[in-house]
Amino acid sequence: MSKVSMERILELDDKCLKIRKDLLNFIYRIGMGHLGGELSLVEIAVALYYEYMKFDPSNHDMEDRDRLVLSKAHCSETLYTIYSDLGIYTMDYMVEHFESLETAKFGMHCNRKYCGPIEVSTGSLGHGLPVAVGLALAARKQNASWRTYVIVGDGELNEGTNWEAMMAAGHYQLGNLVAIVDKNQVQMTGPTEQVMNIDPLADKVRAFGWEAIEVEDGNDMLQICEAFDQIPPSDPQERRKPIFIIANTVKGKGVDFMEGNPKWHGGGIAKEQLDEALAQVEKNRMVR
Amino acid sequence: MAVKTTFDFDQMLSNAREAYGEELFNMANEGYDFMFTYSDNVAPSSSAGKLLKDYPERCVNFGIAEPNQVGASAGMALAGEVVFAQVFGPFLPLRAADQIHTDVAYNDVNVRLIGTHSGVTAGGGPTHNDVVDLALYRAIPNLTIVVPADANQCRKVVRASFDYEGPMVIRIDRAGSPNIYADDDYEFEFGKAIEALEGTDVTIFSCGSMLYECLMAAKEMKKDGVSVGVIDMHTIKPLDEEAIIKYSKKTGVVVTVEDHSINGGLGGAVAEVLMEEGYQGKFKRIGMPDEFAVLGTPDEVYKYYGVERTGIVKTINALMEK
Repeated sequence: MSKVSMERILELDDKCLKIRKDLLNFIYRIGMGHLGGELSLVEIAVALYYEYMKFDPSNHDMEDRDRLVLSKAHCSETLYTIYSDLGIYTMDYMVEHFESLETAKFGMHCNRKYCGPIEVSTGSLGHGLPVAVGLALAARKQNASWRTYVIVGDGELNEGTNWEAMMAAGHYQLGNLVAIVDKNQVQMTGPTEQVMNIDPLADKVRAFGWEAIEVEDGNDMLQICEAFDQIPPSDPQERRKPIFIIANTVKGKGVDFMEGNPKWHGGGIAKEQLDEALAQVEKNRMVR
Repeated sequence: MAVKTTFDFDQMLSNAREAYGEELFNMANEGYDFMFTYSDNVAPSSSAGKLLKDYPERCVNFGIAEPNQVGASAGMALAGEVVFAQVFGPFLPLRAADQIHTDVAYNDVNVRLIGTHSGVTAGGGPTHNDVVDLALYRAIPNLTIVVPADANQCRKVVRASFDYEGPMVIRIDRAGSPNIYADDDYEFEFGKAIEALEGTDVTIFSCGSMLYECLMAAKEMKKDGVSVGVIDMHTIKPLDEEAIIKYSKKTGVVVTVEDHSINGGLGGAVAEVLMEEGYQGKFKRIGMPDEFAVLGTPDEVYKYYGVERTGIVKTINALMEK
């Protein structure tokens, strides 16, 4: 059981449903996105922003906020949708200012210069973990208790820089660092195990000196919360294993014709598909 | 009026790499707050090594993993730190190009990338030559590029960089080059070239340890009645275009000298400015040619390619006769 009450889990479930619908509408309106990975990420991102991360939407620059690095930056629209739900930007504003040259605030990949709550400008893969290691080390030097979270994709773990960073985080025992892999098992050209197998992932990260927490269904809010519940309070000076949450998710989660289909890695969505997708998200909502 | 230099009479070897470490250590002692990262490349006995001993909480060794070091340095800077990241020069631009571009420059953070053993000064053959870096750095937005000419200037650069906003690369050669500037109190300003020697017949634009060779070449040519001016282009970006145009027009014969490939470095930058300005005088780039260099000690390699005083004189004479 999670430390989070069942009532709250149900609220977070409802939030995920809303974010999925908003996300689909947003991608439809802007005509581009990475729906597969954005939909698989929803429970992880909602749990972080609405339950676990120290984050104030009315003061997103507050000094002791937790830092989130979205290493799989092509899924930034999930975060934008959450910012909209939190009241930081309206959906209309985001649509108007999406990739609109001089007035752009929101891009396909997150840019901290234009979008306030974004901590790190990312885009090319394999960058998030090293940057997160630096944030965690700086927090230790500053004796600051804020925590660094980094979300990586399983496909991007092909990049060697992740393993350099994992080695360093394990070596320096960065207990204030939490990595979450959105393991949706599909990358651009096919299943990750066929493109470049990264398993057994838990064994690998443990061998690098991390604590691995495996979540059987990373699209189940209860299971995600149970995983986050295991993270001890952030003490910058305490040297212990950094935490790597391996969340097994489904690419395109909630929309039958997207689930597990590499075709939905990137692109827009047509009106008929949108209507069908919205109906399926409603139909496929988790029943507890 | 040119800045007073000591090159005529003071042959004392200085060491910019040591000077940089010493200055960082001094700054730490004076209360400057910064972080220091490195890739298994700082001998504990060196001056930067003193930081490791006295300020261990702010020093991080990333092992032999430059991309991770540079990415993590950007992370530290994103948390508000000024970060001095020392990297063995040859492996900074090539191994960590993506991290310099994306994590440091794109995020526009206060990381000072210190590339040591620049040019061919590592002496380890083409894999250890750092002669493509300026070409790469020049194309990266937000990045300030500085190449100090001697130990004293290196100290000034390091100190001034602390309050400078934005990412910076500081390129330092391996070991010894004579101290050029006599007056330690001269004003150093990023992006403002220094007239190290006045001249009316020829202008040499140079930077880093090559500046001394240029001054020696000028001294040599003075015996033959040729007046050579030497301009210290310590900041490659932002480039002092005004100085380039002014001194080029003054002499009509322009040479660039650098311990870098002739492609895309200082010579390329000067040529771009002059071409756009409509300069019609004589021009020649001196540097490493477009090939993987021959094997040898730095001095041997410089001589082989004519990137030292004798070669510079020869090239200038040939250019003037054309």
